Amino acid sequence: MTAGNGRPVAIVDYGLGNLHNVGRACEAVGLATKITSSPEEVRCSAAAILPGVGAFGDAISTLNASGLSQALRELVDSGKPLFGICLGFQLLMTESSEFGHHRGLDIIAGTVTGLNAPRDDEGPLKVPHVGWNRIWKTNPYAMSDSRPQTLLDPIADGEYMYFVHSFVVVPSQANTIVSTTHYGDVEFCSSARRGNVFGCQYHPERSGVEGLKMYAQLARSLQQ
Amino acid sequence: MATENKSRHPKLRIIPRLDIKGGNLVKGIHLEGLRVLGEPSRFARHYYEEGADELLYIDIVASLYGRNSLLDIIERTAREVFIPITVGGGLRSIDDIGNALRAGADKIAINTAAVLRPEFIREASQKFGASTIVLSIEAMKLPDGTYEAYTDNGREKTGFDACQWAVRGVELGAGEVLITSVDREGTGLGFDLELSRRIAESVPVPVIAGGGAASVEHVKEAALCAHVQAVAVASMLHYPFVRRSNESDGLSNSLENRFERTATISSKFRDIGLSTLKRQLAEDGILCRQVPVAEAVLQ
Repeated sequence: MTAGNGRPVAIVDYGLGNLHNVGRACEAVGLATKITSSPEEVRCSAAAILPGVGAFGDAISTLNASGLSQALRELVDSGKPLFGICLGFQLLMTESSEFGHHRGLDIIAGTVTGLNAPRDDEGPLKVPHVGWNRIWKTNPYAMSDSRPQTLLDPIADGEYMYFVHSFVVVPSQANTIVSTTHYGDVEFCSSARRGNVFGCQYHPERSGVEGLKMYAQLARSLQQ
Repeated sequence: MATENKSRHPKLRIIPRLDIKGGNLVKGIHLEGLRVLGEPSRFARHYYEEGADELLYIDIVASLYGRNSLLDIIERTAREVFIPITVGGGLRSIDDIGNALRAGADKIAINTAAVLRPEFIREASQKFGASTIVLSIEAMKLPDGTYEAYTDNGREKTGFDACQWAVRGVELGAGEVLITSVDREGTGLGFDLELSRRIAESVPVPVIAGGGAASVEHVKEAALCAHVQAVAVASMLHYPFVRRSNESDGLSNSLENRFERTATISSKFRDIGLSTLKRQLAEDGILCRQVPVAEAVLQ
């Protein structure tokens, strides 16, 4: 199965993080991918996945300097899907306060801020937040025809996904939030969507069968 | 009621530990006296389907490259197992880490290379992100009640106090700490709770306790008394799986039979699977991710 007129999905390589397991997850659901750092290849792809683990500042500098930021904006403007994962999700925001102040891609309006001293009944919780946690869909019962499709459509409310992060996104428009997650007393946005752009804080490629369903959903959306 | 449920997050990750030597899954006692248990990817697949939260691969003879090497095994596992995989054993350079990540590792456990040159933690953390770097500490209890860090499967002293080393390693950029009790490892006597608790209280990052687990009770203690975020378990899962596989294969002169003739240690490890372990933990109030077994394979 090759999506989008035979064109592969671009996995954007900007030198940070582990792209290979994103590729393997796509492969498992029959989605053809190409790992690339070329802005031209990103523009010409059927869709793009922006993964990433590491520091926001380094990541956005590299994306800007290489022309990938511009290519990603053009891809989004042309109506093709963009899927941001973990740091790749945070990079979609307007700005970040991670170790200084940085402008983001500004594709989804919002900020990136530190997980602020989460605690539960027993005391302070560990940061980074590492491990499985549940995603709670916002407004899961609003199943009308006008409701936009998202990669979470095949996922049950309250499903477990795998998280590794110290920072969280705070979208400025509530209607872009698709799911939230609770870590002790902190509730944060774990998935967001704006038009053809979808991002999540967790790693679907490391979240077992449920995570793979999201990649399968991306493959389906490209066939429509 | 619904709101109350939502605010509870899983408290404990269960991480099967697979020690690798010469392409085989092996298991020893006190990290020595190794026995071959079988082909690692079979165990990996089984644990994935049973709801393992992550997998931990440690190459105990540090053979990264070549056929049937650790990276070869990781490469195969990463195509069929979609949960985080941590890899350790013999990774000594930034290139080694890059190669392990390319093969399919998500996190890297560093012990010897960090002891030899602590700045390596900082370099690795800056290059790959703190969340990718796990500081692995093998600790033994000293007569004065403190713990010393060891390398090379508990054979080489470092002169480092285990707790101080954990703190320093996290300051240098490690995103998690794996603390293995060499004294308890492979014995089935339960975790060294004192050691695990001291490490968990010393660092702000998640701690994985390893060495000694044989029962649900042991795992519960790690969560409730030592306050760790994860446990690495091996014998407790491996021996029952070997036993069950041999029963279903009907092998008379099987590995397990040979094993039973030479050792009695495996009888300590009661027959409990991963999904049962997690269900019992949840029933006792330690929330962990549950996976319906039938759904673990993508249709």
